[in-house]
Amino acid sequence: MPAILILVPLFGVMALNLMPGKFGRRVAFWFAAGIFAIQIALAVLKGHVIWSGALDRFDTLFRLKFSGDNLSFITLLCIGIVSLTSLIISRCTIRDEKESFKFINILIIASIGMCGIVMVDDIFSLYVFLEISAIASFILIAFSKDINGLEGSFKYLMLSAVATVLMLASIAILLLTSSGTGFSVLRNAVALSRNSYMITFAIGLFLSGLFIKGGLVPFHGWLPDAYSAAPAPVSILLAGVMTKVCGVYTLMRLTSSVFGFTEPIKNILLLVGTLSIIVGAFAALGQNNFKRMLAYSSISQVGYLIVGIGTGTALGMMGAAFHLFNHAIFKTLLFVNSAALEKETGTNSMDRMGGLSYRMPVTGTTSVIAMLSACGVPPLAGFWSKLLIIIALWQTAHYSYAVIAIMASVLTLAYFLYMQRQIFFGKLKSGFENLKEACPENTITASLLAGITIAAGVAFPFVYNYFLVQIKDIIR
Amino acid sequence: MNVTNIDLSLLGIMLLAALWTVMGRSLLKATIGLALTSAVLTILIFRLNSPLAAVFELSVCTGLITVVFVSTISLTKPLTHKEIIEMSKNRHKRYIYLPLILVLTAIGLVLLKIPNDFAVPQPPETPLSVQNILWNVRHLDLFGQIIIMLAGAFGVVTLFTERRKDDR
Repeated sequence: MPAILILVPLFGVMALNLMPGKFGRRVAFWFAAGIFAIQIALAVLKGHVIWSGALDRFDTLFRLKFSGDNLSFITLLCIGIVSLTSLIISRCTIRDEKESFKFINILIIASIGMCGIVMVDDIFSLYVFLEISAIASFILIAFSKDINGLEGSFKYLMLSAVATVLMLASIAILLLTSSGTGFSVLRNAVALSRNSYMITFAIGLFLSGLFIKGGLVPFHGWLPDAYSAAPAPVSILLAGVMTKVCGVYTLMRLTSSVFGFTEPIKNILLLVGTLSIIVGAFAALGQNNFKRMLAYSSISQVGYLIVGIGTGTALGMMGAAFHLFNHAIFKTLLFVNSAALEKETGTNSMDRMGGLSYRMPVTGTTSVIAMLSACGVPPLAGFWSKLLIIIALWQTAHYSYAVIAIMASVLTLAYFLYMQRQIFFGKLKSGFENLKEACPENTITASLLAGITIAAGVAFPFVYNYFLVQIKDIIR
Repeated sequence: MNVTNIDLSLLGIMLLAALWTVMGRSLLKATIGLALTSAVLTILIFRLNSPLAAVFELSVCTGLITVVFVSTISLTKPLTHKEIIEMSKNRHKRYIYLPLILVLTAIGLVLLKIPNDFAVPQPPETPLSVQNILWNVRHLDLFGQIIIMLAGAFGVVTLFTERRKDDR
């Protein structure tokens, strides 16, 4: 599998750029779409005979090894769906063929980086793929080359550099006590020196680096600027999956496979997660720019993931994994709709919009579905993931955190209702009389994502049995 | 492993080069400073018997990261001479405490006497050869490095192409 999800796109990108004339540019979209579609199919077909057959032989050829579990498959599925969405939306937002080709190249590189993060079981390889994702992100944020994009990219570059230093310093200290960089070797070494100040310090450094990558409070300064300044397809990729894979998935993997769920780690995660939930929600309430509001909302929602991990229980991890998937879907949907609104109205300011659901019914309706899922309204998927997290908090006697998580959902409802009222409800604002619905790429993608949100909620027992139950195995 | 005066001197030179990189007023000089920092660090790592790490440092940091860093910054609006001097003054004010913080941190770490209270692993009986490590143990990282270089190349192509058009 690493071969097919890392090496095929890598060699494919090289081949596309070496092709004579315009042929490479013309087939790039379909090549990328094919890769992402195959990735989605492979993630859904986990455990299928194809895994132990053709894919295994392919990996043996390159002597690569993949140690995946259900958490990996869920994350690979998110990467596939969000990357494909970003690609499709780029088709109606980046019209120039040359620019589109450049975007697709970097999108594939970003996807390779994220897939690598999900598939490795070695802390140094993990760092390498984190850097690949980060470099691709810097370029993508600055893609439009306007001053806001460059500023957002520069902020992310600086904070990401700090995160890199912290993580590398942590790896260096951990290597003093470990004979290798593989997760299992490191896990044994950390367990042997559990009470060491140096090891605790190293774990703290790595966690801080991951908090920066995940845009968690108080390390969230870069996130709203990057999300709001980036072009629409890039915002989709960043908000939908990039920060979650680089920050949250890595955190889940390392706490469960290397660091272990010690009391200090659990307390730090609960505290940072709760702070992110509250600060993100209140900051979102005060925004007038649609994309910035969604960015702060992301900080708040990622807080739920961290709180779920912080419980240190199988149920909490299941809730976090499912919320990771749900957030990837409904936040991608909201950013797809923001791309449509930005393109059709020429603004991101909510004050200048109003009554748009009359003119953009698909965009308005799918926004409502995404909003309700984000707020945790049953039977949509967001309800179940939040419920799992809150039950996990209650079972581990973290009553105050559970109450805060519930109250913050009310805040989520408040800022999303405000958004709906300002943009879609009420009288149609003057100047928008001739407004048209977004392009078919937008509306079809938004409808599909809304369908996934509804289906994952209604078919929750299936999702639970097929994807979530086995996640308990990652807690050792 | 004994840390000699040469190693300590190299460490000092590396810190000075890093400070020069951050505090210099010229972007070009900052880039040279960054490359120098990386080069000295590479020598230091070689001297500490980690040739593999040194090779990675030299290839990745000195080459690629510098290119990406410069390409990003150089795309920002060029400043006038007056603005550069003003900015340089502000930067000096902002970073004047950096050396002080470094020294205080070092003193703090010495005074804290953080104990090396962890289990140290046994070195392998027969160390692996560089070839064995690169091609058998860490070959995934080699692919990773190729991807990083490719990402950097795409970054330069994407961000510089328009710049050239503007310059004309």
